[in-house]
Amino acid sequence: MNEILFKVLLTIGVVFNLFGCIGLLRLPDVYNRLQAATKCVTLGTCSILLSLIFRFGFTEAGIKALLGIPLLFFAATVAAHALVRGSYHFGVKMGDQSVIDEYADHKQESSQKEPKED
Amino acid sequence: MKHVALFIILLGLWLLLTLNLRTANMLAGITAALVTTLFFGRYFVTGIRKFLEPMRYLWLLVFLVIFIWECLKANFDVAYRVIHPKMPIRPGIIKVKLDLKSDFAKVMLANSITMTPGTLSVDLIGDILYVHWIYVRTSDPEKYSEFITSKFEKYIKRIFD
Amino acid sequence: MDQYLIILLYIQIALCFFCLVRIIRGPTIPDRMVGIDIFGILVVGICVILAVLTNRMFIIDIGIAWVILSFIGTLTLAKYLGGKKLNE
Repeated sequence: MNEILFKVLLTIGVVFNLFGCIGLLRLPDVYNRLQAATKCVTLGTCSILLSLIFRFGFTEAGIKALLGIPLLFFAATVAAHALVRGSYHFGVKMGDQSVIDEYADHKQESSQKEPKED
Repeated sequence: MKHVALFIILLGLWLLLTLNLRTANMLAGITAALVTTLFFGRYFVTGIRKFLEPMRYLWLLVFLVIFIWECLKANFDVAYRVIHPKMPIRPGIIKVKLDLKSDFAKVMLANSITMTPGTLSVDLIGDILYVHWIYVRTSDPEKYSEFITSKFEKYIKRIFD
Repeated sequence: MDQYLIILLYIQIALCFFCLVRIIRGPTIPDRMVGIDIFGILVVGICVILAVLTNRMFIIDIGIAWVILSFIGTLTLAKYLGGKKLNE
């Protein structure tokens, strides 16, 4: 039973990673790529880590893998947030299909302020 | 107070990671936790007493169940958009006003938004959170928060705020 | 040795090559950084499957350390993108 659960979770993880990487290749601009890749790859890797608990039980390896899940979750979300903010300030344009951009107003205000601060 | 709590959490994390109660291991863990506490203790969250209230842990369990369900929905949503030959996307950056007070609660809400279907938090300035949305469903600014934050905000307010 | 796990390991390694394609082709610098970030997370999955296959548990430690190191690397690169000083 545990062996079947282990393999099912491992397969789900690898399949989600596959979707994330296809999104990384197909989507049009950096924000959409980051969105698809972060969600799918993070959940897929969390599922792979969770599958270890069914293989090894609550031993040293299983507890390490369980501790890795929140660590990976916080690391991936904070890194995605930093990357998307950095690429906006770097000046990457949003794709042609975009409909609205309310962050642009704020960016103009702050860039007018900056020379005064220096 | 803040430093003691951080020290206990770090030492517990070390012992869970190594699972080894020999003297040398304990000494190494205590040294590492002390050095980390001395350097980074002042950046730790405020309001340590909230760790001791049991109701918050109950709400955390409810929140975790809802959150995992939303995560799974997010993944099938992304998979559908990626595999569909025409890729139905309509991206945009919008702003949402938050109703939370403490910084830690705001960070947790931003992290949860990043993992839920179609949204990715971009920047947090004061009370306003900028969110990148992969498919903007409505053009009415009043209804944004209904789609994005309302599912989590009440739980996070009870747990972390 | 389990044949099924080896197939999954090969798929996971092929996904790393998808990321490499994005790193090489990416039209802008942030695209390449996204590729590096996702590559770092995929390596953790490879570490876990290798640990099960070879029955050596220290490989999981390598995976957890890899998460932290790739996180710090991505944060540093993102700060560089935003054009801010590192001590802010």
